Amino acid sequence: MPLLEIENLVVEFATAAGQFRAVDGVSLSVEPREVLAIVGESGSGKSVSMLAVMGLLPWSAKVTADRMEFDGVDLMTLTPAERRKMVGKDMAMIFQEPMASLNPCFTVGFQIEEVLAVHMGMSRAERRARAIELLDLVGIPDPADRLSSFPHQMSGGQCQRVMIAIAIACNPKLLIADEPTTALDVTIQKQILDLLVSLQEKYGMGLIMITHNMGVVAETADRVIVQYKGRKMEEADVLSLFENPKSNYTRALLSALPDNATGDRLPTISDYLVDEQPAAGAAS
Amino acid sequence: MTAVLEARNLVRDYHVGGGLFAKPRTVHAVKGVSFSVEKGRTLAIVGESGCGKSTLARIVTLIDPATAGELFIEGQKVDIAKDKLTPEMRQKVQIIFQNPYGSLNPRQKIGDVLGEPLLINTDMPASERRDRAMAMLKKVGLAEEHFARYPHMFSGGQRQRIAIARALMLNPSLLVLDEPVSALDLSVQAQVLNLLADLQDEFQLTYVFISHDLSVVRYIADEVMVMYFGEAVEYGPRDEVFANPKHDYTKTLFAATPRADVASIKARLARKAAA
Amino acid sequence: MAETNAVQPVSLDPSRRRRLAEFWFYFSENRGAVLGFWLFVLLVIVALLAPVIAPHLPNAQYRDAVLVPPFWEEGGSAVFPLGTDPVGRDMLSRLLYGAQYSLFIGVVVTTIALLGGIFIGVIAGYFGGWIDTVIMRIMDVILAFPSLLLALVLVAVLGPGLTNAMIAIALVLQPHFVRLTRAAVMTEKGREYVTAARVAGAGPMRLMFRTILPNTMAPLIVQATLSFSSAILDAAALGFLGMGAQPPTPEWGTMLAEAREFILRAWWVVTFPGIAILITVLAINLVGDGLRDALDPKLKRS
Repeated sequence: MPLLEIENLVVEFATAAGQFRAVDGVSLSVEPREVLAIVGESGSGKSVSMLAVMGLLPWSAKVTADRMEFDGVDLMTLTPAERRKMVGKDMAMIFQEPMASLNPCFTVGFQIEEVLAVHMGMSRAERRARAIELLDLVGIPDPADRLSSFPHQMSGGQCQRVMIAIAIACNPKLLIADEPTTALDVTIQKQILDLLVSLQEKYGMGLIMITHNMGVVAETADRVIVQYKGRKMEEADVLSLFENPKSNYTRALLSALPDNATGDRLPTISDYLVDEQPAAGAAS
Repeated sequence: MTAVLEARNLVRDYHVGGGLFAKPRTVHAVKGVSFSVEKGRTLAIVGESGCGKSTLARIVTLIDPATAGELFIEGQKVDIAKDKLTPEMRQKVQIIFQNPYGSLNPRQKIGDVLGEPLLINTDMPASERRDRAMAMLKKVGLAEEHFARYPHMFSGGQRQRIAIARALMLNPSLLVLDEPVSALDLSVQAQVLNLLADLQDEFQLTYVFISHDLSVVRYIADEVMVMYFGEAVEYGPRDEVFANPKHDYTKTLFAATPRADVASIKARLARKAAA
Repeated sequence: MAETNAVQPVSLDPSRRRRLAEFWFYFSENRGAVLGFWLFVLLVIVALLAPVIAPHLPNAQYRDAVLVPPFWEEGGSAVFPLGTDPVGRDMLSRLLYGAQYSLFIGVVVTTIALLGGIFIGVIAGYFGGWIDTVIMRIMDVILAFPSLLLALVLVAVLGPGLTNAMIAIALVLQPHFVRLTRAAVMTEKGREYVTAARVAGAGPMRLMFRTILPNTMAPLIVQATLSFSSAILDAAALGFLGMGAQPPTPEWGTMLAEAREFILRAWWVVTFPGIAILITVLAINLVGDGLRDALDPKLKRS
């Protein structure tokens, strides 16, 4: 049974210019112990669909779906209270800006222990022990000392490690990583990606990796969904996506990679999308 | 062939702190960097955040002075700490920034954005300024009707085109590109890189291309310089640097760059299956 | 595309009318602002036409008609539509003439405070360092006084009267503009478009007043409208304390002051000047909001 199953997800925002459809009929499923990458450029609705799953969208958003089930529970019918119990425990998320995701007013230890107190009901001593264990797990040296650090005393990479520690604190079944390495340097990106994948394997989590970086996809994913303007363009396992992309859009994305440059000019999306223009036009 | 840009032992120190209680501290942002770029070539400066590459960009663009070292532009020595910058020199070097949303004045129409450099530096009549701005607008792939619009009406890629057009209005010989495509989507990035290549061919422009993205650097650069904590740890022709990196940091950097080719995916999947 | 160009050749030098139309389009999206704008226009018309439409002279005293109530009350008469004050002057006529004073005070005070504040603020924000420190400490000193008290002291030094009151109020209001301008300039100074203008060869004067200043106008406009209303209020307060416009000037604040002993006996002598001040201040503040929406391209949706 899939861990997360979504059918025909539609997210609309009420804007001054009328209804804006950010996600348009996306279906996806994640198996336990699977790494699913969702790739797309800005405005492809990749983050919005996952925020909808987490129930983190602002009030101006209207979410509809034929089916949205997580671990056998229908997310559409949950009360907000039940949903809050699930979010952060069974289903956790990390974001692009690690510095902005941590509260600058509280120590790292406090923020990890907060999650444990809310979801696990541990005692103070247990929480502290678990927090040290978690920091150690995400590769922060001297975890016992770092508990009393504030976010501004740490580097971006370390903050992202702390975010990961908070996310996995309650042994979630599904971890959603929204551009987890975009704000980080290449060498740090490598470390964080390795950490995420090793944790995913160790604990058998499902992992959804939202990214715009084809390199990150190639290095982490089992299966890939390509989104464009709120629609799913292609879904394939990682090897066949790179070896034999089916949709024109994917082909365009891959050929726009400077790595794959053949001539002295790069092919651009419009060279490929000519025949798909009507569909793209209808979507917008 | 003479070098359009030559830097000898550039150093830049910042003094931070020095408040009521804190002792002033000196930060060495750039520690003695030398390089030169010939006409029509592209030097890429690669490094991670805090390595001093943006500081170097500001020195080369004659925005901030270097603490020590010499800078030659078209063979002429420039030192903005000592002498007032001449308008002729000012026109020779232009810069394009990373963030296309911050680099255009939100209250200036595109036509004025492009006309301003001419207004300041020449006594050209308004009609000629307009014609030149219009021609440049078309050159970077925008249309006449964009002339009277404000920056907020454009996408990131279009704004970056406008920034490029503005930089070219004064016919510079050297263009400093500070991460010009890292805020852009992949497809837009390709278009902007193509535009830069076209313009380089047409105007024989010299580029100093600052980036953290090795795949872009490998595509666009002729020479590559790798910076690490204010020092140039690697400097040489592109193919040589990529084929045979000498410094440990360069090797780490290359190893950390995600690869999006089929062979490395196969290798990864094989490793995973074996584990 | 070629067709659109043919139909409407891109106006390279947009005419004043087109810019105005664009401005009005964004401004009129805010209904409150439009209401405020028309109220304000009405006020200006009333002020300008006061000599024509006022039924009586503002200072004409009708000794046999003291404290006559408005016409709909018992004992009221159509000769004095809004009643008369304790010395028999027509309330309506005085209010109409008072609009002139209020607008005059608002415009003069705000202009002085705005221009001075912007100039000093831009200098402080742009140059920083000791110039900034000196300027800001002086402003802190001014702000440390209760504003009305400081205005009172200044008027006491300069001598009572409307002109001196306006100068004093402008001086008191000005630090707010200095601080706002300085803060905005400091934020904008670090933005890349400013560096880009520098690289294009722009000198400090151009950077300060052509590149940076227009981008700091939005908060200043809101502050200016607030000042417009607080200038009117402060002038009224000074008038009330006998330090502003001197009787028998039909200034709304002075009218309030003169009438304060009759609040219980004749409600109209205080209510109408109060309502006049209220409506004026409200209208101006509404316009301020609309101006911000219309002038700030960052808020524009297109």
